[in-house]
Amino acid sequence: MSEEDNIKQQLIEKFAFLSDKIIVKRARRIFAEVPLANFPEVFDYAVKQLKFSILSALTGLDEGATLGFIYHIAQEKGIVLNLHTSAPKDNLVIKTVTKYFPAADAYERELVDLLGAKVEGLPPGNRYPLTDNWPAGQYPLRKDWNVEMLDKKEVNKNG
Amino acid sequence: MDRYDFKIPIGPQHPALKEPESFLLTMHGEKISSMTVRLGYNHRGIEKACELQTYIQDMYLIERVCGICSHSHATCFIQAVEEIAGLQVPKRALYIRTLVAELERVHSHLLWLGVAGHEIGFDTLLMYSWRDREVVMDILAMLTGNRVNYSVNTIGGVRRDITAEHIPQILKAIDTLEERTKYYIQIATEETTIIKRLSGVGMLSYDDGVHLGAVGPTARASGIDRDVRRDDPYASYEDVKFAVITDKHCDVYGRAVVRVLELMESYKIIRQILANLPDGPIAVKAPRKIPAGEALSRYEAPRGEDVHYVKANGTDKPERVKVRAPTLANVQVVAHMLKDRYLADMPIVIAAIDPCFSCTDRLISVTDAGKGTKNTMTWPQLHSYSIEWHRKSGIDFSELNKKFKVPGN
Repeated sequence: MSEEDNIKQQLIEKFAFLSDKIIVKRARRIFAEVPLANFPEVFDYAVKQLKFSILSALTGLDEGATLGFIYHIAQEKGIVLNLHTSAPKDNLVIKTVTKYFPAADAYERELVDLLGAKVEGLPPGNRYPLTDNWPAGQYPLRKDWNVEMLDKKEVNKNG
Repeated sequence: MDRYDFKIPIGPQHPALKEPESFLLTMHGEKISSMTVRLGYNHRGIEKACELQTYIQDMYLIERVCGICSHSHATCFIQAVEEIAGLQVPKRALYIRTLVAELERVHSHLLWLGVAGHEIGFDTLLMYSWRDREVVMDILAMLTGNRVNYSVNTIGGVRRDITAEHIPQILKAIDTLEERTKYYIQIATEETTIIKRLSGVGMLSYDDGVHLGAVGPTARASGIDRDVRRDDPYASYEDVKFAVITDKHCDVYGRAVVRVLELMESYKIIRQILANLPDGPIAVKAPRKIPAGEALSRYEAPRGEDVHYVKANGTDKPERVKVRAPTLANVQVVAHMLKDRYLADMPIVIAAIDPCFSCTDRLISVTDAGKGTKNTMTWPQLHSYSIEWHRKSGIDFSELNKKFKVPGN
């Protein structure tokens, strides 16, 4: 059994609800679909028990009625586990992972600014990456957003 | 914060750093007690723009994420697209990508060496290393037509082949650079000024580096043995032998040592690539529309792990492109490195993570402001003009160039 299949097996043994939700796409790439309610325990197990100790990136996606979040976490030996979860747009609350990875701070602020996610437990700090005077309620990575939605007077004034 | 503490805002525009970032330092006397960083001044909405363009257009756009590691971003992006499309990229193309990747690392590390020298007032090192960097810039221009933003990639392979005439020229340049790098290694390990100025500055322990998510030479200088080229190989890195350089100084000095030693490994890789370059095509035909799917691509850029996630929806435009450049991972460790350090250390500590500087200007149309005339110059003409202009000002490197056998001089 390959190391990737072994990891898949361990995840399924621990979390039965993942039995048909994990795909080994190629060597060193595992993708898993995790329900939002179970995400914290799966993430904790992957980081602490399966030694996915590197947070490579955090991707946010506009999926229509939901926002998707993919946590790309890696092991020292190169295997990447891509944990996907999603939250409905009427309740866009996810929990911060900064207690595992302090570097997630900037990645989670991106989700807040660009997609309108609410990250519970994110420490106070400067916003990133949009300007301090960016209009409230405008999330540029949402599919229904376009540059015409910006107030032209505001843009001309503030650049 | 007591009555003797005060705050100093530095940035977003300031003389020490060439890119806009804003630092708010809380000082206790000459020492920094805490620091907050405000990023985002250079955010150009490239990820959003990628969703509105075709994959081929995106390749050129993604290349402009960073002027110095343009090939890193383009390759990282294209690897994800090729994986989704199920393309078998020819081996020769992968070798050429690897060659350009290592030449880019050489140019980036030599550029960093100069910046580091400048930040500590050692401008002779800046002049020397940037002069030597021209050797690799000329090779990149010869191979790809550009000094930066090489655009050597295309979906399914590369756009330009290497000819038999190129190989001896590259090898000759690498010999020259290797000699010069040995000199820099000697400076880094023997020159008292460098050792004393950089040692113990910007400390990052192994545990803190792991915890804070440091990447690239910044992490490796704290003994963190990670390199995507070895750990998650791509292009043709599985076919070449090289050592992952680590160091246990955990300071700016260690970061300098790692980078100069990494130059020597890059020369080894380049020689292996040229010695074993496979025959065959340099690209396969790629579909305009990429089937639905997703892929995560990793790449060891000169500054550390570069990550691109691409999601395709079956059209000729991606559904989502996510870029995580290495500086975003490393800039967060800077606040830790500067805590309880002197204000005067700030420029070199920030420079030591090698934040991305833009260096993409390249003139082809020269306007004489006095006469209002325009004159189009080729790259060799511009090069000669520059040398002649400096010679008239009394700066003449011709004897030195002969001594060190600098190509094209």
